Amino acid sequence: MSKKNQMPTLPPQAKRHLGIKAVNTISNVFIYILLVFITIIWLVPFVCIVLQSFNVEDTCMVGYVIPKDWGLDNYKALFAEGSPFLKWYLNTFIIALCTAVGQTVIQLCMSYTLSRFRFKMRKPLMKFMLILGMFPGMLGMIILYNVLADMGLTQANAVPGLILVNIASAGMGYYVSKGFFDTIPKSLDEAARIDGATRMQILYRVILPLAKPIVIYTVLSAFMGPWGDFVFARYISMNNINGMNVAVGLNSWLTADAIAYKYTQFCAGGVLVALPVTLLFLFLQKYYVEGVTGGAVKG
Amino acid sequence: MKRYSDLEYLKLPKWRRFLYTLLCLIVGIPSGIWNGIKKIGNAFVKFGKRIAFEFKDIYLTFKNGDWKTRTSFFIMGFGSLARGQIMRGLLFLLMEIVFIGYMALAGVKWVSQLPQLGVQGPVKEYDPIFDQYTTAYHDNSFKILLYGVLTIFFAIAVIYTWRINVKQNQIAEKILASGKKLKSGKDDLRSLVDDQFHKTLLSLPLFGIVVFTVMPIIFMILVAFTNYDSINDGYINNLFDWVGWDNWNTMLSWGEGNVRYGATMGEILTWTLIWAFFATFSNYFLGMGVAMVINKKGIKFKKFWRTCLVLTIAIPQFISLLYVSKMFAPNGLINGFLLDMKWIEQPLPFWTNATWARITVIIINIWIGIPHLMLMATGILMNIPADLYESAKVDGAGVWKQYTKITLPYMLFVTGPYLLTSFIGNMNNFNVIYLLTGGGPSNLDAAGVLGAPGETDLLITWLFKMVTTSEPAAYNLASVIGIIVFVVVAAISLIVYNVMPSTRNEEDFQ
Repeated sequence: MSKKNQMPTLPPQAKRHLGIKAVNTISNVFIYILLVFITIIWLVPFVCIVLQSFNVEDTCMVGYVIPKDWGLDNYKALFAEGSPFLKWYLNTFIIALCTAVGQTVIQLCMSYTLSRFRFKMRKPLMKFMLILGMFPGMLGMIILYNVLADMGLTQANAVPGLILVNIASAGMGYYVSKGFFDTIPKSLDEAARIDGATRMQILYRVILPLAKPIVIYTVLSAFMGPWGDFVFARYISMNNINGMNVAVGLNSWLTADAIAYKYTQFCAGGVLVALPVTLLFLFLQKYYVEGVTGGAVKG
Repeated sequence: MKRYSDLEYLKLPKWRRFLYTLLCLIVGIPSGIWNGIKKIGNAFVKFGKRIAFEFKDIYLTFKNGDWKTRTSFFIMGFGSLARGQIMRGLLFLLMEIVFIGYMALAGVKWVSQLPQLGVQGPVKEYDPIFDQYTTAYHDNSFKILLYGVLTIFFAIAVIYTWRINVKQNQIAEKILASGKKLKSGKDDLRSLVDDQFHKTLLSLPLFGIVVFTVMPIIFMILVAFTNYDSINDGYINNLFDWVGWDNWNTMLSWGEGNVRYGATMGEILTWTLIWAFFATFSNYFLGMGVAMVINKKGIKFKKFWRTCLVLTIAIPQFISLLYVSKMFAPNGLINGFLLDMKWIEQPLPFWTNATWARITVIIINIWIGIPHLMLMATGILMNIPADLYESAKVDGAGVWKQYTKITLPYMLFVTGPYLLTSFIGNMNNFNVIYLLTGGGPSNLDAAGVLGAPGETDLLITWLFKMVTTSEPAAYNLASVIGIIVFVVVAAISLIVYNVMPSTRNEEDFQ
């Protein structure tokens, strides 16, 4: 009796507290279930690709995931004599490497200048670039193809052509790194100026060491871009097998008449393409995240 | 329409506030457009005034200048040379010599051919000795247009340099008159890594942009007014010529049968906008949701969950998209699995039915986009001051209320510009559409249109098809589409910038 009477006299907060805890635990359980579910959905296609690349019983698309016969035949076929895959892979690697260097230099020049210097044409220049960015990039494809063809940089020689175009148009993507440079305090520049440093010395001695995250971010995204570059690469290589990059080449294996005997090789090729990029990304993930979040907040 | 003051606005019941904001938005659109036009007009007026000022200044320089200055009007760099600034003078002089040489050798020829784009097309001649036809090629319309435009660019650059040359003289006179010394070539070089360092840094990127971005765009805008396609290719088959607004008439008039450009244009533009809307906002809210869930207090292995999602960014899109596209094919994994389980009897028409295809594309795009959004949202969510939530809790706000009153406004405020760019990016999202569906399923109503756009084609993929797969490749019509994309994007950006009701909330989070 006395116990029953005591119950209502418990302080109300205590009861509510317990309730919150219970609710919290339940909601956490739901969240874990949700997260596991999301993770599975996001990773399943990649697991499937890897599994199918080891499938040796048939080269066409099959309606199940786990191969009945395992083997490395698809990988061997990729590097067999007469297979263009190695050529495509090297092409892409060269493009990615050169683009990573050139694009980074150009983009850093551009963003550093627009962030640090105040000159008369700065605002008009930025507005102009904004308007320029509203034109679909594909519009200029035809003429660039013709110009590059004049220089002999298409079809079989598409690689230098693609590098040139990638680097030359890199200045347009200065936004993210400008956002980063904006966050480095200007007082550092001024202090160095007072000590008698020229603008160039400031860039090399003061800013660049501080800008390591954004440099790595720019290199990383410039390196990753060409692996997925499809539209322009396809147009410039014009169905010439020697000028293709992996994206265009592997895509040509999925056409209606090629898919029946190239599908599992496509999977194997995909794995080989994804592997180095993913590993690189995993190691440098920290910088990539910094770049994305920093740039987004700046707008 | 009655405008409320802030106090009155806050007194309104909730639904009327919403209605009021909506009304403000709609009423704001015409004024937004008007403001945009006014701004453009102002820019032109300003530009005109500037030009007028420059002319006056040039005239005054000539009138008040000494003989060295006056000679530099005709021999560029003469003044600098005569005053001992050898390096500058030589550069100016070199520019003039190169320009005159180029114009005499080639430039004049290209520019003078611009109005006709070539007179003499290729001619087939009968060769009696070998009993065959050989073609003699003459003018090349493409090159005339290209080099004509380039020559005009170059001429503008030279005129600008000439103006600088005149100005230099004026400045030098002033400096000498005040009894100071002029800068030597060594000083000039030094200033390129110091005061003028921005010019050094910008020269290379801007050169690239002008040659590989600006010039192609100008060229293609001009192409929209010619009949340039793979039949009239300008050299091998036929010359091409200016046709005025013909391409625009073709693209924008309704048409009949299955050759209806205008109607197709309308359909594809509508789908492009619908797609961009859903692709942007579904990613935005779901990505934010995932970020919030991972960020929640008490959830363990935060880093692991994030890494799993972020990993998918690293894998090149063409692999994941092509693979997923095959997964959803009639004989792909998904249908195979569902058939095995006896849940369905026919394969689901993911890519063969228009509505199915459109919805599937949007859903797969969520799969692609959430990791990016999650990354971004995580950073921003961590920046929201925790005491906002604390005080909201004390006031008795639940989770939902905290979300709508704190998280969402903060996110919208910070990521407003990002939403706009991502909307525009999605309008031009070539990869997702082309690699997933290739534009299909095919649209019979538009089968006679060049490029034969399918049900899920965006304007940008239609443009691509027109240039690559269509017979003949219609470069002229593709340019029209490109310009229309630009106009739509520019209009949306202008309206959003002028109407965005962020002014009311601007102070809240600063």
